[in-house]
Amino acid sequence: MNRATLDLWVGIFVAIGVVALLFLALKVGNLAAASSAETYLLRAKFDNIGGLKVRGAVKAAGVVVGRVADIHLDPESYRAVVSMKIDNRYQFPRDTFATINTSGLLGEQYIGLDIGGDTTMLKDGETVAKTQSAVVLEKLIGQFLFSKAADDNAPAKK
Amino acid sequence: MREYLLTLGHAVSDAVWRLGFASRFFVMIIVYSGSALRRLHLTIREIYFSGVLSLLIIMVSGLFVGMVLGLQGYDTLERYGSSEALGVLVALSLVRELGPVVAALLFASRAGSAITAEIGLMKATEQLSAMEMMAVNPVARVVAPRFWAGVVSMPLLAALFSAMGVFGGYLVGVKLIGVDSGSFWGQMQASVDFREDIVNGVIKSFVFGIVISWIAVFEGYDAEPTAEGVSAATTRTVVTSSLMILAADFVLTAFMFRGT
Repeated sequence: MNRATLDLWVGIFVAIGVVALLFLALKVGNLAAASSAETYLLRAKFDNIGGLKVRGAVKAAGVVVGRVADIHLDPESYRAVVSMKIDNRYQFPRDTFATINTSGLLGEQYIGLDIGGDTTMLKDGETVAKTQSAVVLEKLIGQFLFSKAADDNAPAKK
Repeated sequence: MREYLLTLGHAVSDAVWRLGFASRFFVMIIVYSGSALRRLHLTIREIYFSGVLSLLIIMVSGLFVGMVLGLQGYDTLERYGSSEALGVLVALSLVRELGPVVAALLFASRAGSAITAEIGLMKATEQLSAMEMMAVNPVARVVAPRFWAGVVSMPLLAALFSAMGVFGGYLVGVKLIGVDSGSFWGQMQASVDFREDIVNGVIKSFVFGIVISWIAVFEGYDAEPTAEGVSAATTRTVVTSSLMILAADFVLTAFMFRGT
């Protein structure tokens, strides 16, 4: 086989390989969605983040508007500080309410933003003031058992 | 007893000696690989033999692996009422693990064994010695182009395998079983991360390419110059590189997907 034919075949091979990589990056992966949007940073402090993870979704009215960029513990207040990258297209009022929700019964946890009525918008680097922590199932069961025990004891005393 | 100990000691020292020679050989390939770049047509020729000729087996296997994943995945996910996540399952298992590993195993048996047999036969028929007589370095002329051709071909083949697999999963899941096309692609794109999953998969296949090519050229170069020796070396290439691929895969996975 002469050199030109070899070059042609190898060229076809490399081209197919690159197309496969592009297919993986754009169609299978999220490269197109991730890099297209400019983002700004918002912070929120939670008493308990439950099972929230970095790269978890931030949703407003069920629409994904950003991702969790970083989670760390504030050493002074012992509260969890969650940094969120929010898509530049979306602005949120200053009194927006951030809650940690679970998608489905056993699904991943995400941050839900409930929109407030303030006319001033949150800017880059600002902190969402009003938050609600994740519901921890064990605590919920503990509270239920506690109140149940209190109810059972009350009639016995009379 | 003494006889037994002697055999054991001989086997151990032989293994260590081979390991040392293999490492020295690797450095030699890197040092002389300048000529593989300068005389690019040699490398392109080898890419044709190891890469282009492996296209068919890689693409067909990828398609079938993806189709099987589609069937099996649907069967399991259906029990939990989440058959819409089929795209995620197919894409993640292919991009992270099956694509690089199965493509590497196929590449080792399809191209690695051929490289070993070729170099081993060149040695047996004293072509390598003849080159040395003509002041042509056989490592630069014969070994380095084959090595780099394998390293270049492997990531492309693995990407092709994964892409064909996803397509196969799509065929079975969406076209045959009737999973919703929108959620198949949508959930896949939502959970497959470019940096975490796809780039890591490409890194894996690149490492496997180095491992396979290194073992293949080394076994060929080190083969006993007899018909028996070449056949033993070819077998060793397939066995050793398959084991090394799986071991390296474990190590790489432990580094890449820790706790995410």
